[in-house]
Amino acid sequence: MPQTLYDKLWDSHVVHVEEDGTALLYIDRHLVHEVTSAQAYEGLRVAGRQPWRVESVVATADHNTPTTHWEEGLAGVRDPFAKLQIETLDANIREFGAKVYFPYLDKRQGIVHVIGPEQGATLPGMTVVCGDSHTSTHGAFACLAHGIGTSEVEHVLATQCLVTKKMKNMRINVEGPLARGVTAKDVVLAIIGRIGTAGGTGYAIEFAGSTMRALSMEGRMTVCNMAIEAGARAGMVAVDEVTIEYLRGRKFAPTGALWDPAVAYWRTLKSDAGAKFDHEMTLDAREIKPHVTWGTSPEMVVTVEDTVPDPDKEKDAQRREAMERALHYMGLQPRTPITNIAIDKVFIGSCTNSRIEDLRVAAAVVKGRRVARNVKLALVVPGSGLVKEQAEREGLDRIFRDAGFEWREPGCSMCLGMNPDRLSAGERCASTSNRNFEGRQGPGGRTHLVSPAMAAAAAIEGHFVDIRRWT
Amino acid sequence: MDKFTVLNGLVAPIDRANVDTDQIIPKQYLASIKRTGFGEGLFAEWRKDASFVLNQSRYKGATILLGRKNFGCGSSREHAPWALMDYGFRSVIAPSFADIFFNNSFKNGFLPVVLSEAEVDRLFHECNAFPGFRLVIDLERQTVASTDGALTMHFDIDPFRKYCLLNGLDEIGLTLRQADKIRAFEARRKAQHPWYF
Repeated sequence: MPQTLYDKLWDSHVVHVEEDGTALLYIDRHLVHEVTSAQAYEGLRVAGRQPWRVESVVATADHNTPTTHWEEGLAGVRDPFAKLQIETLDANIREFGAKVYFPYLDKRQGIVHVIGPEQGATLPGMTVVCGDSHTSTHGAFACLAHGIGTSEVEHVLATQCLVTKKMKNMRINVEGPLARGVTAKDVVLAIIGRIGTAGGTGYAIEFAGSTMRALSMEGRMTVCNMAIEAGARAGMVAVDEVTIEYLRGRKFAPTGALWDPAVAYWRTLKSDAGAKFDHEMTLDAREIKPHVTWGTSPEMVVTVEDTVPDPDKEKDAQRREAMERALHYMGLQPRTPITNIAIDKVFIGSCTNSRIEDLRVAAAVVKGRRVARNVKLALVVPGSGLVKEQAEREGLDRIFRDAGFEWREPGCSMCLGMNPDRLSAGERCASTSNRNFEGRQGPGGRTHLVSPAMAAAAAIEGHFVDIRRWT
Repeated sequence: MDKFTVLNGLVAPIDRANVDTDQIIPKQYLASIKRTGFGEGLFAEWRKDASFVLNQSRYKGATILLGRKNFGCGSSREHAPWALMDYGFRSVIAPSFADIFFNNSFKNGFLPVVLSEAEVDRLFHECNAFPGFRLVIDLERQTVASTDGALTMHFDIDPFRKYCLLNGLDEIGLTLRQADKIRAFEARRKAQHPWYF
């Protein structure tokens, strides 16, 4: 019977199935970070258990690490609780071990979803889990990758398995060429706008079609990263030459005699012709425009040509109320053109958009220009130490600095406001991150999700602009 | 993990769809390496508003939360069910849940109950109309009922999850009963796909 990519990944990892379909799924790669692991290690210690296979663990500190004051060492972490979490991870990895650990201040440290692929620690055909919902990012490599809770982190550490049930299959085909200035971020925002933040709940989504195949690995990661914002724990893309070329020569990718058989196996990681999906839809890439969120959920999104929606036109009472609440929180008036919205801060970074390609696109936009006067802070936060190094080799840091951006050390930064980078109440931010929830970037902060090119152009103009027409 | 059998509790309604885990427990409260003490941060931003449900005296001591669709979306933080439990809640009823929050809840003896939109609507009406409105959640029978039994609704739950909750079982211990199978699977995989090891 023809199988979907997800069926293949699932079947190749099932250790045991209960009568009701509850399965033990074997986990190949376990990514660990400082915020969701401490209680899991504590649980192991209390129960007197050892990790099943420490070689599966790749660890780093990224969520609450500051992006400044690295020269001061650990003393540069001013928040005592953040410091405690970082030190606790250090101690836990020392005690229990890992395949590799990139501690705070290591030059290979970075956002967990950037460093996994960068190191070749994420490989096609793997199951990948992490105590972070954006683990879906790794699905770009034809992995079954999704976020788990801390109890599950402990469970995977102790048993190398996850207790779970099979999800349903969804395929989203994106077909055709993207217009100039339209990026992977706009593709995924368009998808979320279409199916809603719960549209993918219970599904594993395969992103397919000519548009997806034409995207770089960085672009595919951006799309899979936000599968969770459509409610799907896992997003994925089939293996092709782009995948294989990306992996060649990476630190933990197979080498020597193992490379060829690995590649031969990886090439089978795609949906068979005639495979059955529980839900399937197609988007025409030519119709996708640059997107900007206006509200407090990623599904509250419009194109840059649009105006802020009017709740009075919404018939459903519950939705209308949610829109009114969002507009109040965001400090926006209905029918305001998106391009009239002025911003206070700009954030280019996060596991969605902090890879070298994202930084190149943003740098090309700001080169030779200056950040607008009304923009109080424009941040560029590379996804990892290696991305930072690469960008500096290419001179991107100078372009950003000359334009008035701050060039920071790697980390999650202002995506989630757990570290010193955050918005103050009422501040409005053009952000390349993934969540515009109330208070996500700081209590009272107002987030508009956009692509790196759109964020960069907004920084220069001080308000949103249509990157397609902006020169 | 504590057992979950029958819960007879006061109901607090949060009449919003897509309640995300950043609202349930804002990140400034995540800075702990323990599983307890998160109740203080539960809905911290919304609690600044004096009229917010949890600030109303009629809902003081509530153990059942009533929510709308896609409850618990967003971040995977297990601190969300930890915070709900630490505050005193043992169950949340909603028409649908985000997957990760749903999973995390079961691992902590916290029961997410899925009822239809119409049933949840009905409960919101009852809850708003009658101060002191309580519900009885009987896990064994898989029912949600008013205390007088006049209103009874049935809910579905995975048999395995139900079994674990009713008995307060440690899932790791259960899985380790399959240790031989895991070892055999691992050996096969290592022989077939050595590049993953």
